[in-house]
Amino acid sequence: MWRCILLLSLLLLAATAKAAVSDPADMLRDQAQEERARVLGRELRCMVCQNQSIEDSDADLARDLRRIVREQVATGRTDREIMSYLHDRYGDFVLLRPPIRLTTLVLWAMPVIALGLGATLIMVARRRSGAAAIPPPLSAAERARLAELEQDAQ
Amino acid sequence: MSVSPGPRRRILLFAPLGIAAAAGAGFLVMLRGLSSGAYNPKGVPSALLGKPVPEFDLAALAGADRPGLTAAMLRDLDQPLLVNFFASWCVPCLIEHPQLMRLATDGVPIMGIAYKDKPTEALGFLRKHGTPYQRIGVDLPGRVGIEWGLYGVPETYLIDRHGLIRWRYAGPLTEDVVKADVAPLLRRYA
Repeated sequence: MWRCILLLSLLLLAATAKAAVSDPADMLRDQAQEERARVLGRELRCMVCQNQSIEDSDADLARDLRRIVREQVATGRTDREIMSYLHDRYGDFVLLRPPIRLTTLVLWAMPVIALGLGATLIMVARRRSGAAAIPPPLSAAERARLAELEQDAQ
Repeated sequence: MSVSPGPRRRILLFAPLGIAAAAGAGFLVMLRGLSSGAYNPKGVPSALLGKPVPEFDLAALAGADRPGLTAAMLRDLDQPLLVNFFASWCVPCLIEHPQLMRLATDGVPIMGIAYKDKPTEALGFLRKHGTPYQRIGVDLPGRVGIEWGLYGVPETYLIDRHGLIRWRYAGPLTEDVVKADVAPLLRRYA
C-alpha cells in the first residue's frame, strides 16, 4: 500500500518535472544560449496562469513568449533588452520580481511588516501575562497563617 | 479575583463573528462584481495605456468583405474607436458578440483582429453571428497580440482620436461594462 503511494507520488513528480521542460523543438541548439533563455524565462510571469513562470507553464501564450525570448537570445540581444521588450508590452505584472516602487512598496515591505506586527503582538501579550503573574501582597490573615505554618515546620 | 469577563472581553468574544460577517459581505460584493463584469480579478492594467497603438500590419480576412488593418489606420481619427481581439474558438467571444453588434449599429467603429484563428473558421463565426467590424486583420501566429500585450481573447481596446490607447478590457464585454465603461469613455474622447 505505502509502496504504491510512494511510487505514484514519484511518478507524479517526474511528470511535473517533465512538463516544466519546454517543447524540445523550441529549444536553442546552443546550450549556453538555451540556459540563458531559461534563466530569463523563470523571471517572467505567465500572464494566463498568473502564478507560474513562462518556463513552467503549458499555456499557449507562455509558449509564444518562450519562443520570443529564445529568438531574441539567438539574435544576440542582451538580457536587459529582452526583459524590457516584455516589460514594455505586459507591464510590471510580467516580472515575477517586480521593481521596487511606491506602488510596490507594501508588497516588498510585507515580510518586515508581518514580522513587526508579530513581534509587537508577542510583546504586548507577554507584558500582559507578566503583569498578571505578579501576585498581590499577602493579607494580614495570610501572613499570620504563613508564620504559623513555618513554626509548625520547625 | 473576578471570574466574569469584563465588557472589553465580551466584545473580544464577538470579534471573530464580526470579522467573519465582514469577510462574508466583502465576498458577496466580489461575487456580484464578478457576475456583472464590474470586478475582474485578472484585470491587470495594460502597459500600453496612454501610448500609441503598436506598429502592425495585418492582412484582411478572405471572404469577409472587409479591408485589413494596420497601425497607420488607427491614427488621426474622426472619433474614438474600439479594437477587439476575437477568435471563433473562444466561448466568451460568443458571449460578448451581441454587445459588439449593438455598439456597431449604434455607430461605434469597431476593428476586429482574429487572434490565432483559422481564417475559414473566423469567417464562419462572423457569417453565423454577424460582423460588427469595419476592418478585420488576421493574426494567425498571435504575434500582433503580443505587441499589444494581449493575454487572452476576447480583449477590447479603446483608441482615442490621436491613436492613443485609453482603455483595455480583458474578458467578454457585458451590458454593464458597456454602460459603465465603454459609453462614458466614447463620450469623453469624442
